[in-house]
Amino acid sequence: MDLLGFIIILVKVLVVFAATMITVMGMIYAERRVSAFMQGRLGPNRVGPKGLLQPIADGIKFFMKEDLIPSGADKPIFILAPAILLIPALMTFAVIPFGSSITIFGREIALQVADVNVGILYILALTSIGVYGIVLAGWSSNSKYSLLGGLRSSAQLISYELAMGLAVVSIILLAGSLRLNDIIADQQGYFLSWNVFKQPLAFIIFLVAVYAETNRLPFDLTEAEQELVGGYHTEYSSLKFAMFFLAEYANMITAAALTVTLFFGGWDVPLLDESSLGLLGAILSVLSFILKMAFFLFLFIWVRWTFPRFRYDQLMRLGWKVLLPLALVNIFLTGGYLTLTAMK
Amino acid sequence: MVDIVFWIIVGITIGSAFMVVQSKSLLYSAYALLFTFVGVTGLYVFLWADFLAVVQIVVYVGGILVLIIFGIMLTNKITSVNISHASVQKGIGGVVVLGIIGVLGYMVFITPWNQLAATEPEQTSATIGRLLMMDYLLPFEVASLLLLGALIAATTLSRKEN
Amino acid sequence: MAENYLPILVIFVLAAGFAFVSLIITHLVGPRVTNAVKMMPYESGVDQVGKTRIRFSIRFFLIALLFIIFDIEIVFLYPWAVVFKDFLSAGSFIFFEMVVFLAILAFGFIYVWRNGALEWE
Repeated sequence: MDLLGFIIILVKVLVVFAATMITVMGMIYAERRVSAFMQGRLGPNRVGPKGLLQPIADGIKFFMKEDLIPSGADKPIFILAPAILLIPALMTFAVIPFGSSITIFGREIALQVADVNVGILYILALTSIGVYGIVLAGWSSNSKYSLLGGLRSSAQLISYELAMGLAVVSIILLAGSLRLNDIIADQQGYFLSWNVFKQPLAFIIFLVAVYAETNRLPFDLTEAEQELVGGYHTEYSSLKFAMFFLAEYANMITAAALTVTLFFGGWDVPLLDESSLGLLGAILSVLSFILKMAFFLFLFIWVRWTFPRFRYDQLMRLGWKVLLPLALVNIFLTGGYLTLTAMK
Repeated sequence: MVDIVFWIIVGITIGSAFMVVQSKSLLYSAYALLFTFVGVTGLYVFLWADFLAVVQIVVYVGGILVLIIFGIMLTNKITSVNISHASVQKGIGGVVVLGIIGVLGYMVFITPWNQLAATEPEQTSATIGRLLMMDYLLPFEVASLLLLGALIAATTLSRKEN
Repeated sequence: MAENYLPILVIFVLAAGFAFVSLIITHLVGPRVTNAVKMMPYESGVDQVGKTRIRFSIRFFLIALLFIIFDIEIVFLYPWAVVFKDFLSAGSFIFFEMVVFLAILAFGFIYVWRNGALEWE
């Protein structure tokens, strides 16, 4: 590892980190504006042109707020819980390829922070660490609402992690690798080679699981306002509260990016060979990735104002009695189909 | 550089493992165990075992530790209970520990270790898959029986409530 | 391979640094006016009723138990899925190996289901 290589890594990490932060701000703005439009309101439109500076104003406000620690709270755990949730959330994007590759200084630079052989498992593993942030935040707050929110949330997260993990197995069957680059390469070519067309059932299971994993409506049982006030972060304020929010949005971004990577060819532009076009191809691939991701981020907001919230028993029934068996059947069908075609 | 990172990870692993046994609160022990598991993951990465590293997190951090924490929280008044692992008979215990360390250390030094030149595996997950499907097929299928037993046991546990 | 993990170490340091700087800043900045009533855990504006750390249903524990079992199953499925296509050239043996594995677990799953361990009242 030479110095230039290390600098490239550093630049890539910083770019992805900054892009995540900017996207989070954009999402916070979009969430409020789009929600408003869907309800026939205007939404925040005073700070800056069209209210674009609203997220920054929100951020500054978080700084100025008092940092409360409720009496009877378990201090060390209470303080560390947001960090345990936030750190993995910021790390997951690292393995997702967001473009083909560019050549600078005679070096080919892949547009991806870390090309890990076990890419997809890396994301699943980091997601499972986030559960601790939630359950410990709920427990340490010394509040009933927090405890119930934390418990519900952690049980929900682990239940849907199964459906998600099993849905991914059929994608791996097709690609024959856990590396996200191989999974994208497997979908290269024309439109219909995307996994969403080859694995529609896996896609539906995965998408539903994503909404449960990111605690979004219709599965936001964690912070069902009418019954749990704010869920596991009821007692948090100031920047600690902001960290929970940041983690939630960072998770949404990774989830959208992962959906694109697994089912929509990642950065693949249909009917185009990106590598033959040089720099232009690389730019096109990044644009295609951003466009697809933006759609799934928009879908999060769209779904939020379209579906009502599930009840907890319905949520558990959907996860364990519908998605889990369906995912198993899907693996069986995919394996069977591949075996039959190979036998001919 | 690599050595520094390695020793930091070793430090985190051993330090948090010490916290696990030393902490008076069960929940703190479980909390420290999280860092131990993450540290072990780091060690796996240094051994080029990337598949094992992520599986370590998925299974131990994502599953078993959640179970432990749920178990602690399920137990009534656990926060006020004084955990009964206060150290007793420190003197004799210390002698025994030193003895074991001596024997083990002696064995480590007198064993002629076969050293191979370390070569980085290309694809760990594919190699593991190949081994599971060929050499270790029987243990692999027996593992499913073990899991079946665990499933039935779990069901029995829930029945008691009714 | 170690080189592939260097970026992850870098991003971990960055993320952890960001998180801890935030935690320190929030401790330093912002007003701090405390009194006993304000620091009470939120309970819709009334005094706390009973204890906070209530015991919860064993269902949650059971969900965690079932999760581990299926989680381990998934961990076994991943290496199998990776080598699946390579093995197909040598016959359909690989498919049936997994069918046996999954059938045993599917039996367990049905058992769990029939015994009502997946019910939430």
